[in-house]
Amino acid sequence: MNLQFIVDGLISGSLIGLGAIGITLTYSILRFSNFAHGDFMAWGAYGTLSVIAAIGALVGTTAPIGALSFGWPLIAATLIGMILTACLALLLDWLLFARLRDKGQSIIVVMASFGASMALRSLLEFIFTSSPTYFSRGIQMAIPIGLGIRITPDQMVMLATTVILVTAMHLFMSRSQTGREMRAYSQNPALARVVGIDTARVVRATWIIGAALACAAGVMVGILVQIRPLMGLDLLLPMFAAAILGGIGSVPGAVLGGLIIGLSEAAAVQLIGAEWRAAIAFAILMAVLLVRPMGLFGRAER
Amino acid sequence: MIDLLGYGAFFMSSALIFGLIALGLNLQWGQTGLFNVGIAGFVAIGAYTSAILTTPDTADRIGGFDWPILAGWLAAAFVTAAAAAFTGFATLRLKSDYLAITTFGVAVVVQLVALNAQSLTGGPFGVAFIPRPFASLQDQPALFNFINLGVIAAVTIAVYLALEHLSRSPWGRVLKALREDERAAISLGKSARSYRIQAFAAGGAVMGLAGAVQAHFIGFIAPNGYLPTLTFQVWAMLMVGGSGSNRGAILGSVVVWAIWVGAGAFSAAVVPGDWQARAASLQIVAIGVMLCLILLWRPQGFFGPNGFLGKRRS
Repeated sequence: MNLQFIVDGLISGSLIGLGAIGITLTYSILRFSNFAHGDFMAWGAYGTLSVIAAIGALVGTTAPIGALSFGWPLIAATLIGMILTACLALLLDWLLFARLRDKGQSIIVVMASFGASMALRSLLEFIFTSSPTYFSRGIQMAIPIGLGIRITPDQMVMLATTVILVTAMHLFMSRSQTGREMRAYSQNPALARVVGIDTARVVRATWIIGAALACAAGVMVGILVQIRPLMGLDLLLPMFAAAILGGIGSVPGAVLGGLIIGLSEAAAVQLIGAEWRAAIAFAILMAVLLVRPMGLFGRAER
Repeated sequence: MIDLLGYGAFFMSSALIFGLIALGLNLQWGQTGLFNVGIAGFVAIGAYTSAILTTPDTADRIGGFDWPILAGWLAAAFVTAAAAAFTGFATLRLKSDYLAITTFGVAVVVQLVALNAQSLTGGPFGVAFIPRPFASLQDQPALFNFINLGVIAAVTIAVYLALEHLSRSPWGRVLKALREDERAAISLGKSARSYRIQAFAAGGAVMGLAGAVQAHFIGFIAPNGYLPTLTFQVWAMLMVGGSGSNRGAILGSVVVWAIWVGAGAFSAAVVPGDWQARAASLQIVAIGVMLCLILLWRPQGFFGPNGFLGKRRS
């Protein structure tokens, strides 16, 4: 078996993991599974693409950094894209989810997220059409790193970025005041309110973090693969599977779940063929639900 | 004139097939509160089951057993019910979100099997030459359309009556009790999980039957007939009609299908050719927004017992 699948799996796994962080936080804090989360990814990628176009119109073409396929405009645009995606999530919450949450039936919120996801995705198709687009059309040479494994400079930078983002998230959740409030609220909302935690702030922080990370993951998918309106929908099942495998509410669990699913998918591509790749996440999801529904790091929940 | 009536019959046939799917969804969601995001997958299971069993023998794929159409329909209902029962078995001891996520996965996997298991499903090209009921009348299009409508209406009415009867039966009363006060029902010795699995399977059976009826109505199936858009349309139909009401499910289907077809015809006539695909996307945006607005302002729908055709609960 060719060991190349390890690199491919780690990379797609980190993208899934970054997306799954948002899913797991939304589920444990806002108490619903957000079917529109994949569309935050796609909107983030398209938003970033638009900002790059705007920067390009202002300052002209810029040279890529070193051996990478992109230059500083992409980095700046991604940061702006993350802010825009967070605004989109907050807007959606204000328009839709918050109002339905107040009515108290969580499954109605799930349904609304499903309707919103369909509308968001089709709106992208309306604006940008369904044909794929790219941040860069250049081809990168993969560098051999031994054992028959090759990796492109872009892939290395994406892996490093994921490590930085996940570490920052972990420190934020465990050290910062807001992170502690979020964890407290997810464990016991009533008690959190009693001790004076500002619920609205916790909800806002959850949306901002989830959407910003989704945007980052969407941009990475755009750099490594391509940008399509359906890109988020295709990653939705792996992201849900990763969040459940890792244990709902656990940030490290979501990332580990994402890596496991990415590696299994990449291994499956070699063993049984690329066309069955999307079934792997489902197989893992079913196995977790039947054997250990609380996931690797989760608490028992019924 | 006869053409117009023929088209009317064709339109109603398509609408009533959606009505059947919505009836299945109403049993799952409206009466039991089970959230199914994989409707397209279950409908596809029924369609493919019946298609594989009833088509004449073909060289390049497994199947073609030449079964009678009715046997294919029953098998479709049975196989889909089994798939739904397994989905329910795996998830219904957990929180309701897990069922939603799993049904979403079912739809993804069914789509994948339909596309890739060429030797069983014909791959992207699908299955053709599915026998149509009363095919000997096909050379008289108007009459054929009406007979088709008659068959589909008969199935819809039969399922409607059966579901109405079920919801008044002791079994249906347990579902209602579980919905209203789960703890009280459980304390009377009713197993919530087992009743929910049964309801989910029965709803699945109706969806599978609808898929089979549709496959035999069109005579051809392919994977792209079972995309998430289908799931979404059926949800919009049930929500417009009023979840919990079988009558609402059928009326909602006819109304939403009319809006859908009307909007499609309108944009085909008005929108220039290279903008057609974009107009189609906008159509889905509109339905999505409508679904969200109904959830916000009129969760009881429009045509159920609490809609404007009946008394309104405040």
